[in-house]
Amino acid sequence: MSNRIWVATRKGLFAVERETESGRAPWRVARGFFLGDNVTFALVDGRDNAVYAALNHGHFGTKLHRSRDGGARWEECAVPVYPPQPEDHDPPPNPMGGKTSPWNLELLWTLAAGGADEPGVLWAGTLPGGLFRSEDHGSTWNLNRPLWDDPRRFQWFGGGYDYPGIHSICVDPRDARRVLLGVSCGGVWETCDAGASWALRADGMRAEYMPPERAYDPEIQDPHCIARCREHPDHLWVAHHNGVFRSTDGAASWRELKDVPPSAFGFAVAAHPSDPNTAWFVPAIKDEKRIPVDGQVVVTRTRDGGETFEVLTEGLPGPHAYDLTFRHALDVDETGDRLVFGSTTGSLWVSENQGDSWLCVTNHLPPIHATRFV
Amino acid sequence: MPLVRFTTNIQRHVPCPDRQVVGSTVRAALDAVFADNEKARGYVLDDAGGLRRHMTVFIDGRIVADRLGLSDSVAPGTRIDVMQALSGG
Repeated sequence: MSNRIWVATRKGLFAVERETESGRAPWRVARGFFLGDNVTFALVDGRDNAVYAALNHGHFGTKLHRSRDGGARWEECAVPVYPPQPEDHDPPPNPMGGKTSPWNLELLWTLAAGGADEPGVLWAGTLPGGLFRSEDHGSTWNLNRPLWDDPRRFQWFGGGYDYPGIHSICVDPRDARRVLLGVSCGGVWETCDAGASWALRADGMRAEYMPPERAYDPEIQDPHCIARCREHPDHLWVAHHNGVFRSTDGAASWRELKDVPPSAFGFAVAAHPSDPNTAWFVPAIKDEKRIPVDGQVVVTRTRDGGETFEVLTEGLPGPHAYDLTFRHALDVDETGDRLVFGSTTGSLWVSENQGDSWLCVTNHLPPIHATRFV
Repeated sequence: MPLVRFTTNIQRHVPCPDRQVVGSTVRAALDAVFADNEKARGYVLDDAGGLRRHMTVFIDGRIVADRLGLSDSVAPGTRIDVMQALSGG
């Protein structure tokens, strides 16, 4: 059971902790780090308990900081650097926006720890679409060239950003050489050989934002976020730009789940760590509005593999609540009982009963990018 | 020798004291600074070695012309100011 949560926000990184003293609110914001700085992601490496904070300074670029002692001390480590662009390199422009993706780190969008048998290995997903790997806890990084040089990458385009990016990295706990990526917009990709080769794994996904004859093209899908069941890794969930999708065969195929209330649109998804049939989503009105349906913040839960969904509202605000939850801002702890999610308006809620009811920790944080249980 | 001065805002992240360095271009002068302060390089320059999108350089008050190559000439008495660009807000 986790008693600590890292919350990455537009204006700092916060440690939220559970109080054990009776008579006090059970969860509170305990400490803030990097106050005033844009913290775009936080990774808790369960292998050694190191914490990584990705910062985007705007003027000064993207940076990465690491703490090995729970936040008492931080050290700046290296960020992924794109290699020099070959002079004869003439990639086609982005098919949607007409721009050519730069060979430059624009955003460290996500980080993931390697396998249990790979101490120090980290993966980083970036805008404009480069995947990087570190084998020394983030001290050095290398661009994965097989994916970056794959001509199918030139079909990717930005979803919400000018350039495409990798936001989900799911390492298979059975075999760390198998890694699944989510790309907006570029579908789902899998390597079975630690990044030496890549295959598209978006069969069955459907894109409403494309003309009908291209709706099922795998390389243009927009999986907003991928979540994998830890104990049943072939069971995967995706909050997609226009729907909720599930795979029970390790991403070989995807099935669109119908009649998801109150909306199938959303960014965040969390998979129960041991129950392959349980997942949570934080929905909103689809892309042109991006606000909660009827101004009511809800979490949607399925316990039967997506056949039915419950709309959970106890403890959540509405009507006239306009909180949006980004893709990394929902998390579940190792037991599957505790959940946390944060919003663009700085609200943070925790559940200790799988979402049946929610406790508001605060309404006053900066816009929340990511939440992660320790 | 040219004098290189950095915006105060960068000092919170990486100390960048004023430095008098040898160099006849902005690139050479900045390289001389970063040779002793490698961490600062990534705060000012992007992956390709050009000025970050929302950074700028003034040469005796004149804005740098070559943002990618930093080939603008500088003289021994030149003041090079590394600043944030207002384009970044």
